[in-house]
Amino acid sequence: MAQTTKRKAGRTRRAPRPARARSGGRVVVLVATRKGAWLYHGDASRRAWRADGPHFLGHIIQHVVLDPRDGRTLLAAAKTGHLGPTIFRSTDLGRSWKEAAQPPAFAKAPEGQKGRAVDHTFWLTPCHASEPDAWYAGTSPQGLFRSDDGGVTWEPLPGLNDNAQYRTYMGDEQGGTPDGPKLHSVIVDPRNPAHLYMAMSSGGVHESRDKGRSWTPLVQGMEVVESFDPANIAFHDPHCVRLCPSDPDRLYQQNHCGIYRLDRPSTTWTRIGRSMPEKVGDIGFPMVVHPRDQDTAWVFPMDGTRVWPRTSPGGIPAVYVTRNGGGSWKRLTSGLPERQAWWTVKRQAMTGDAQDPVGLYLGTTSGEVWASRDEGNRWTRLASNLPEIYAVEAGELR
Amino acid sequence: MKVVLPGPLLSYTEKREVEAIGATLGELLVDLDRQYPGLRFRVLDEQDRLRSHVRFFVNGEQVRDPRHRLLPTDDVQIVQALSGG
Repeated sequence: MAQTTKRKAGRTRRAPRPARARSGGRVVVLVATRKGAWLYHGDASRRAWRADGPHFLGHIIQHVVLDPRDGRTLLAAAKTGHLGPTIFRSTDLGRSWKEAAQPPAFAKAPEGQKGRAVDHTFWLTPCHASEPDAWYAGTSPQGLFRSDDGGVTWEPLPGLNDNAQYRTYMGDEQGGTPDGPKLHSVIVDPRNPAHLYMAMSSGGVHESRDKGRSWTPLVQGMEVVESFDPANIAFHDPHCVRLCPSDPDRLYQQNHCGIYRLDRPSTTWTRIGRSMPEKVGDIGFPMVVHPRDQDTAWVFPMDGTRVWPRTSPGGIPAVYVTRNGGGSWKRLTSGLPERQAWWTVKRQAMTGDAQDPVGLYLGTTSGEVWASRDEGNRWTRLASNLPEIYAVEAGELR
Repeated sequence: MKVVLPGPLLSYTEKREVEAIGATLGELLVDLDRQYPGLRFRVLDEQDRLRSHVRFFVNGEQVRDPRHRLLPTDDVQIVQALSGG
């Protein structure tokens, strides 16, 4: 539920935590990789995992998401090295898959004009609980698409994709990440299906209050690379934005330039990463929030110095948690490699489940999945020797 | 006309050689998509441009324009063009 109490600057408050708020479903961890997808089914204790895969061996899978509204339907964003992008859907937990009849695609450009083409669908978000068959998809190059039939057909949102002002924020092929500029972090307010957030890398964080027909930048307080102008929306590079389920007015963000928190209705982000250890810094890709405690969030810092190695600083992987809304951070490394582990954890490759205590899962560019059953205090390796991991999601089966 | 397909498209056709009709390469792909739904978008983008790592050969000659005219006696080959691991 939304919190209605007013916040004072610099203070955070903790919502009462429901005791043992398990939702009851078995956890499935969905791993999307450069060469296919794997599903890991957990037992009731989340100690033993059964591997199911590969699905789509050889396909580039950017994201696999379980629909939380039915606990059965899976959507997978796929392409191959040769072929164009598409979406696959399964209603039997991956025993069979059916391709979308009309995958996300930009509108055809008028004759003589150069139109854009979707290179890959990068991000999948189920819509509001009141819209059971609706999904959003974010693509590279940046575009936003919606399906109202469970992912079978997808329509572009012209209020964003064809908005001349927003096209200047999106930049060109050279203005984005190494494998293409991305639209990600599509967030639906659980209180209002018309209220959306999304982020573009590069291109800022944005808000819509009319189901994506119009958008407003939400970048105040966010920093940009030194010597660039923060007034230019195109220079803002949010890596991952998350909304707190226990307080939908609170957002956390891992950015190219720090870790931030935003408490609505404020429109100014606060850089909470300033309280991270200086030698580690506050650069990274993923951001994970607690399902029941808006003061708790996890990050996985990376080396953002000089040429941006984007590996764990010093080759020592570490998760950091805040329990007070970013006022302070605690290093969590128990069970993780103690040296010579030069991973990267990409923006979609770290997540949590809704169990109590929360289970955390992260996938590495070296093909390992690490899991914690106790909110990050102790880590064990769930899987290894997979292809490069692009995304990890946790769902609960019904 | 005869169309020879690459491995990545076998999930649609389940066979290497199929028959399709069309006065142009673009029309041929429309007919292939009618027979094998979804195939066209995997090789031609929404702006009717050929995908980067797909090549078309007509009677052994590479063709890049979907408007290229075809004859019923032509042989069309779609090949993958990808390197790297």
